[in-house]
Amino acid sequence: MRHFLFSLIALVMLVCTTQAQAGPVQDIMQNHRAVIEKSSRKTIEPAITALAESGLSQAQLVLEKWQSKDMWQRKADGLFFYAEKSGKNYRLIDFDSNEAVGEFPKSDLDQLKPNSGVRALIGTALVQFQLSDPDPVRRRDALTSIERSPMAEHLLPLRAAIKTETDPVLKAKKQRLERLLSMAFDKDLSTRISAIESFGGDLGVDVRATLNPLLTTRRAVVPGNTLPEGLNLAARLKPGTKELPRAEAYDMLVKSGYSAARISDAELRSALAANIENGQVGGIPVPELNTLEARDRAYAALAARGKVDPTVLATDVTAALAAHSFFDAYDEPSSVVTDAARGALRAIEQKVGLNQVLDLTLDALSLGSIYFLAAIGLAITFGVMGVINMAHGEFIMMGAYTGYVIQQIIPDYTLSIIVAIPMAFAVTFAAGVAMERLVIRWLYNRPLETLLATFGISIALQQIAKNIFGTQARPLTSPGWLDGAWVLNDVVSISYIRIAIFVLALIFLAVFLFIMKRTRLGLETRAVTQNPRMASSMGINKDKVNMLTFGLGSGIAGVAGVAIGLYAKVTSELGSDYIVQSFMTVVVGGVGNIWGTLLGATMIGFLQKGIEWLNPSNTLAAQTYMIVFIIIFIQFRPRGIIALKGRAAGD
Amino acid sequence: MKNSFILRNPSVLIFLGVLALFTLGVTFMSEATGAGLISTSFVKTLGKTLCLCLIAIAMDLVWGYCGILSLGHFAFFGLGGYMIGMWLMYERTRQIVTLSMANAEIPPTDQEVVDAIGSQIFGVVGSSDFPPIWSFADSLPIQLALVLIVPGMLALIFGWLAFRSRVTGVYLSILTQAMTLALSLYLFQNDSGLRGNNGLSGLQNLPGTDAIPQSLISIWFFWASALALGLGFLLASWVVSGKFGSVIRGIRDDEQRVRFLGYSVEGYKLFIFVMTAMIAGIAGALYYPQAGIINPAEVAPIASIYLAVWVAIGGRGRLYGAVIGAAFVSLVSTWFTGGQAPDVPLGFYVVKWVDWWQVLLGLSFVLVTLFAPKGIGGLFDLFEGIRSPRRHGAALGPDQGSLQEKEAQE
Repeated sequence: MRHFLFSLIALVMLVCTTQAQAGPVQDIMQNHRAVIEKSSRKTIEPAITALAESGLSQAQLVLEKWQSKDMWQRKADGLFFYAEKSGKNYRLIDFDSNEAVGEFPKSDLDQLKPNSGVRALIGTALVQFQLSDPDPVRRRDALTSIERSPMAEHLLPLRAAIKTETDPVLKAKKQRLERLLSMAFDKDLSTRISAIESFGGDLGVDVRATLNPLLTTRRAVVPGNTLPEGLNLAARLKPGTKELPRAEAYDMLVKSGYSAARISDAELRSALAANIENGQVGGIPVPELNTLEARDRAYAALAARGKVDPTVLATDVTAALAAHSFFDAYDEPSSVVTDAARGALRAIEQKVGLNQVLDLTLDALSLGSIYFLAAIGLAITFGVMGVINMAHGEFIMMGAYTGYVIQQIIPDYTLSIIVAIPMAFAVTFAAGVAMERLVIRWLYNRPLETLLATFGISIALQQIAKNIFGTQARPLTSPGWLDGAWVLNDVVSISYIRIAIFVLALIFLAVFLFIMKRTRLGLETRAVTQNPRMASSMGINKDKVNMLTFGLGSGIAGVAGVAIGLYAKVTSELGSDYIVQSFMTVVVGGVGNIWGTLLGATMIGFLQKGIEWLNPSNTLAAQTYMIVFIIIFIQFRPRGIIALKGRAAGD
Repeated sequence: MKNSFILRNPSVLIFLGVLALFTLGVTFMSEATGAGLISTSFVKTLGKTLCLCLIAIAMDLVWGYCGILSLGHFAFFGLGGYMIGMWLMYERTRQIVTLSMANAEIPPTDQEVVDAIGSQIFGVVGSSDFPPIWSFADSLPIQLALVLIVPGMLALIFGWLAFRSRVTGVYLSILTQAMTLALSLYLFQNDSGLRGNNGLSGLQNLPGTDAIPQSLISIWFFWASALALGLGFLLASWVVSGKFGSVIRGIRDDEQRVRFLGYSVEGYKLFIFVMTAMIAGIAGALYYPQAGIINPAEVAPIASIYLAVWVAIGGRGRLYGAVIGAAFVSLVSTWFTGGQAPDVPLGFYVVKWVDWWQVLLGLSFVLVTLFAPKGIGGLFDLFEGIRSPRRHGAALGPDQGSLQEKEAQE
């Protein structure tokens, strides 16, 4: 007996000492011990809240260890620790003092394994600690996770964490997030509205993503003509309009249980077919059942005899629709909030529209510069020399294939492009000179026949390219530093390769102007173009000038081919895709004037992008309308935007 | 009778005679009506070739005689084909649908029939409603009239706009090319109402002739094509033989002078342009039922350029030249691309004609343009001893026109 009593006292003493050793966090956990052990999403809430709101610095450690399944319970006394593995045993560390209390075998311990639902709750509670974590990376991670799935519970911790923030970038981010969250979740209406209004014209996708859910509506129907009280009404709908077709409205009535379902035409047909008697249905001969009206009559007759369920007639449908009210109501109950959200969205959309115009302008400029590149060689051969070269497109293709071949030899993309540009020029220059010598010079005063002869060369070149390189598209890869895009904001961006093409077009323009206005060759070319015989008698070698000029035009086409190949796939049809547009560019701009070609290319670029914007789903239609527009444009300015006047116009 | 039309144009009689002999020959050698020496598919090829000869005549009128190098006449050809194709497809689908619905227990309503036809025809482009341009597809007479009206109207509008603002020469060529490109791009869309790039198919099955074998139908079409070609040739040579012909040749050689002489150049050009467009429409309407399928690729600019190639190789400025060119080039082209031409082993490389025929065609075209501007037709001049004066490459008239040689011989 004495022995027993001693041991009892000893036990009590032991318990008392343990209690005395336990710190405040341990106390909280012990208070909620049953819930923590059960670890169910439904009941865990008070335990987590108690920890989170304790204001203790150790609470964060507890929550983190708990979440990462590193919290253990000692079976002997039910205390919680976190554990590190040491050999076969686990070293337990006390939460409050952060000191090791000893090593225990696994059999003496229970691991706490919260399920994913509980872990998510712990994660939410952890946010407030993470938001003011000393490590800025963790603070940023916490913000990102809130952005990804914003919840009402995040709002207060976030507000609390703004004051203590030292990093200006993170502070701005927190403030923005705080406004977004108050927009959606704050209980005070005026705070919400001022948050909404603070975003006037903000282009961020996150703002629109927060505003749009505020404006979600649900469609509903009620009997009678009066709507229920307390609705935040978005719109009252009339059946038979575009928003609410009659069939859809009646379906709503059926689904809400206000009306009986109507039998469909196909069901009516099979019901009639099932009730044919002696070649008659409901007293009407089968061959006469070829109108909907006769079928309705037959069905009504069958229904009257009780053979089929009576159906709803068209007049009943009309009456039912008239007797009910259809409406869209906002999920958000406060109309002040929805009004403010609508206003903010409208302001944002206006600004987005403006920025889209800017984006479209950039797109149009880059398309225009592609057309300009394709047409500038033609501006020399057709515009200056007056030679129709239908094989111009094939020179572009040759340039692109030259680039492709060089990339096969030189694997470094930057270097290969630098080599490819002069090589493409050389190859197409040689081809152009050969063509001029062999074919074109015999046809200088017969332009229509030049057109046909060069077309013959064009189909031959195309087929040769197909025979050599095959029909599949060959890639011409741009160097890595041309990947990516220059992003101005969430709406406006332009890829670097398009900027490069734009710059290249400007360079070409400068080169062209320099050659034509500042060099001997340009002077002689202009002289030969204006009056070949006079130029000859002044000692200019007409043949040589023609040959070089044609070669120059062809060579520029080759370089354009490299540029075009960088963003389009290289096929043997690459050239013929551009030839008509190139001629259009030159003709629209005005033959014989490089500024005209520039204007023509810009105009066609803007036109095509503009039409595409009006009808974005259909680029084929855009091209069709553009060509039609050009045909009409030529009616009014047959000599192009910039027409040569006087003797230079020739004719 | 000294000045009668036939006596002044002996080539008409010769041509019609040759055409009649050819038609008879094919008829007696075909499977359906003769000894069966020629296969049905070859009869179809010959029939199609006759249609191509007809559009070549149209091209020769507009280019060789009037000096307008139109690179868009295949647009009219294709439109003619689409117009007749709409009726063929609608009517045949209607018959199939009616037949399948006749077995149903309850007879279909008219709307149900139309809906079923619509979903049969437009199912491939994800639609089942008839677009407005199909409004007349159920009526053969109206669609036949549209074969003439639609190409004619397009040519009238386009030609009026172009000629009115005095777009000439290569500019006009490029503009016509743009027109046919625009049309083909438009037809390529799925919502153009003409089944997008699927085109119209099954046109070789004439509605209501299920019992008649294709061999007989192909001969019918062959006869129709020969008749159309003969009438077209007669019409074209009549148009170019009289004073009217002199005016349009004058326009070709020097438009300004003809205008100063008081002729309405635009009117003459517009007449020729619209008439040739209609002839092209008829040729297309006869061609595509024999081909069986029409899709927007047929209207692509390249087709019209080939037309110019045929006429140039045959010899422009003479109607029989155009016919010879079209027949020769398209038949040789069929032979080469059909894989029937023997390969040429060069030791290090085997020339496969399927791959190299286009190259040969392109280069021979360049050679013809450079060295034989009269084309194959020039051989007849050689035969008759007609020589063009040596002009050292200089053009005859002051205009940069197409064919000056004929004037030189007269």
